[in-house]
Amino acid sequence: MIDYKNSDVLMNIGGNTAENHPITMKWIEKAREERGAKLICVDPRLTRTGAVADLYVPIRPGTNCAYLGGLTAYILDNNLYHEEYVKHYTNATYLVNEDFDFDNVTGLFSGVEDDPDRNAKAYDQSTWQYQTDEDGEILTDPDMQDENCVLQIMKRFYQAYSLENISEVTGCPIDTLEESYRLYASTGDPEKAGNMLYAMGITQFSHGTQSVRSVAVPQLLLGNIGRPGGGVNAQRGQSNVQGCCDMGILYHILTGYMPVPQRDAHPNLDAYNEAVPEGGYWVNRPNFMNSMLTAWWPEQSLDVAYQYLPKLDGTDRSHIGQYYRMGQGEVKGMICWADNPAVSGPTSGDKRKYQALLDWMVVVDLFENETAAFWKAPGMNPADIDTDVFLLPAAAAYERNGSKTNSSRWIQWQEKVQQAPGEAKSDLWIADKLFKAIRKEYEENGGVFPDPILNMNWDYGEEADSGKVAMEINGYRVADGQLLSSFGDLRDDGSTACGSWIYTGFYSDPDNPATKRRIAEKEGIGLNSEWTFAWPANRRIVYNRGAADPQGNPWNPEFPIFKWVDDQWEMMDVPDFNANIPPEESAESAFIMLPEGKGRLFANGHGGAGGTSNDSPMPIHYEPAESPVDNLLYPQATFNPISQRWYPVEEHFGEVEDYPYIISTYRVTEHYQSGIMTRNMPWLVETMPELFIELHPSLAEEKGIQNGDMVEIESKRGKIQARACVTSRIKPYNVNGNTIHVVGLPWHWGFMGMSQGDVTNDLAPSIGDPNSTIPEYKAFLCNVRRVG
Amino acid sequence: MDLTRRSFLKLAGATAAAATLTGVGLRKASASTDEPLRIKYTKEYFTVCTFCGVGCGVICNVRDGVIVNTEGDPDHPMNEGTLCPKGVAHYNVSYMFDEKGKPKPNPNRLTKPLRRKPGASDWEEMEWDEALEAIAKKFKETRDETFIEQENGVMVNRTDAINWLGSAFCNNEENYLFKKIISSSGIVNFDHCARL
Repeated sequence: MIDYKNSDVLMNIGGNTAENHPITMKWIEKAREERGAKLICVDPRLTRTGAVADLYVPIRPGTNCAYLGGLTAYILDNNLYHEEYVKHYTNATYLVNEDFDFDNVTGLFSGVEDDPDRNAKAYDQSTWQYQTDEDGEILTDPDMQDENCVLQIMKRFYQAYSLENISEVTGCPIDTLEESYRLYASTGDPEKAGNMLYAMGITQFSHGTQSVRSVAVPQLLLGNIGRPGGGVNAQRGQSNVQGCCDMGILYHILTGYMPVPQRDAHPNLDAYNEAVPEGGYWVNRPNFMNSMLTAWWPEQSLDVAYQYLPKLDGTDRSHIGQYYRMGQGEVKGMICWADNPAVSGPTSGDKRKYQALLDWMVVVDLFENETAAFWKAPGMNPADIDTDVFLLPAAAAYERNGSKTNSSRWIQWQEKVQQAPGEAKSDLWIADKLFKAIRKEYEENGGVFPDPILNMNWDYGEEADSGKVAMEINGYRVADGQLLSSFGDLRDDGSTACGSWIYTGFYSDPDNPATKRRIAEKEGIGLNSEWTFAWPANRRIVYNRGAADPQGNPWNPEFPIFKWVDDQWEMMDVPDFNANIPPEESAESAFIMLPEGKGRLFANGHGGAGGTSNDSPMPIHYEPAESPVDNLLYPQATFNPISQRWYPVEEHFGEVEDYPYIISTYRVTEHYQSGIMTRNMPWLVETMPELFIELHPSLAEEKGIQNGDMVEIESKRGKIQARACVTSRIKPYNVNGNTIHVVGLPWHWGFMGMSQGDVTNDLAPSIGDPNSTIPEYKAFLCNVRRVG
Repeated sequence: MDLTRRSFLKLAGATAAAATLTGVGLRKASASTDEPLRIKYTKEYFTVCTFCGVGCGVICNVRDGVIVNTEGDPDHPMNEGTLCPKGVAHYNVSYMFDEKGKPKPNPNRLTKPLRRKPGASDWEEMEWDEALEAIAKKFKETRDETFIEQENGVMVNRTDAINWLGSAFCNNEENYLFKKIISSSGIVNFDHCARL
């Protein structure tokens, strides 16, 4: 984030940096003061970031892909792309199958088929693949003129994204659109760096992955990835959301982003390890996988250890899916650590009802949260609820030791500075004691296949020591316990053990682990390479081959993080490429994790390193699942046809006649997520005491609502009340000749704590992006009325 | 309480002003009165903010094992001493001030394991040993009843009947232990708030 100071133009879209990541604004302000950088804020509401931006661009909620597709079209139409970067570091020159096609009436690509199991459509992606010669080499046109090359396909596809069309779809005036496009596209100048900052306003849609890709595509075209001041910067909302993902707490991954084994595709370890991508750095995955298995079950053979791992059967097991099956009665028990889905999950009123179907539930938190206290919720009768609920008291951050990983992938150690109150304990202590208690049950009473539990390596002392756990995550040589400093040292033969390969080196010196380093940079561009440890390999900017041209000259001499001089690299950062080969060769695979080594303007899962673009090879505009307007770009399309559904569309979603207003949800700086911490912190409760709804004066007048009135907000899925905040910050949009009102609500409130209020997410729909299954919190429909 | 947007702003403004005054007033007070500086005779610990993903440095001043003050770490390159409203309010997670301005523990923090039995309308306190044993028994019972060892000729080691939500609030080491428990006991319904 410090690197933001090196940007020339910053676009904050689908995020509100000033409100939700306030300290980051320091570095944006520095860029503006010292480099004359410009800040563009794209948001449906005039936010705190928008208020201080050089240019504020209002767009209707749910139209990011249209807005950013318009930027892509503008760059292509006006030849503003960074040509050398595009030619060498992206797949723009690659030829795609001649049968690849797109229908601009239905909004569907070639290969579409019905997917009755999901009540949606799906793609056979065989026509999305690259053309190859007899040897399997990908065919290219270095001049990018062939009609089947990616650049030409994009030019045709994005013709629909003209300024006029995008203005109609987004409701943004043409001149504002054009000004923002012109300003941002100026970073196609090789010496300039543009920075895209986003958060949940990009991701929380039934087309969230396409929304993220529509950020990445212009960044690739403008040559803004892998260099100081550039990047596709997801601003993380929680102090260790990055690390929790790195440890594999998502149903589809093991540690370090290795996939969870699938029953049919990976019945044994050989099958799993043979299924690595055809090229790129992931070919080393067996070293990481086998080291993880060795760390977990060192006494068993690798094959047996692999057999112990649970295998998926193809069922979706994501957040919404888990709760859906709870509602079907398939789930008997739940353990919930410092999470509050009864407030934070979509359609949360239903979630609380489903919890009443559980036999037992364990919640671990600092405060009594709504998930644990669901039986106290309005409309619940505890006498009718048979769930056995345990609520365990946890230690706060500074009451326990351990590391956490920020948005810059810095793994920072936090110290325990005081005892937790009463008998509250760290999550580490609780997890350790719980596992030991489970083991004891199996040791004493036997049970169904206890081997994976009883044989699991678990040696962190009588009272678990976070340093010992950190050393196992870091990795060591089995023969002598020597800690390893690089994941390059990991082997697939059982001689090395490593909990999460991307963390190797963060704790390799037990006396002075890198994660505890506190040496701030005195001179330099802000990389701070000696401040803690950034995964992977203490690299501060990933894909950093992109910082220099194919010959090895930095694009901008001001930031020579890599420079080829006298047949070797002068380096300021850890290279994300092979630094032992000439620059022209490493330039061939600037995106080292992908088999083809190129940034994907066109995504097709090539070489087995895909799976993140089930719904479109190029970012496309679909409406949200609930929208007051038709899809103006593709007349027969509505919302994402591939999206993940659990509930019947006609029952779960409302019609515009009944719910005429768009509602968007967001956060405020004074509160944190589901609010269970900050609603119990008096200073914060005082500064932001209750739930409110922002609505425009013209809508307020139409509905007879005065500032401060209580307002009832209703969606197809629920009904809540909030205090009216009548403000011109949230303006209506003129779309296709109609005025469309937008209202906005924060979602930090619930029925527990010092400050209580209704649960905004009771209104939100349970529909998911087809790649990530993230819910659609940012745009759905509601009605409002004054209470009383 | 009749809260209009205007009174929201007034309240927020008053608090902001109070925060500023505290910052300024502290130095004055220490120079001109007998009241000792709040951080006198304290040990400084470096820690990391618990809220958003920026990862700002926080200094905790601790006297006799008790935090008496938290503030931004000026040596931390990310925040250079500054903090946002949530970061500034860290102290409130554990303590607040009573009517006389004296520190007291935050009364809403949980301090004992609790259990709500089926049909009950309130929590009962319990000891850790009891709680862990009771949970372990239920965990084992559910796992053993629903365990699928083989499916389509493949060893799948799976139970579909236990959900597990990890947390972005927990440390790496804590989440890593979760991962080992999940993977050894066959839980496949696991996720955390990054999915949302």
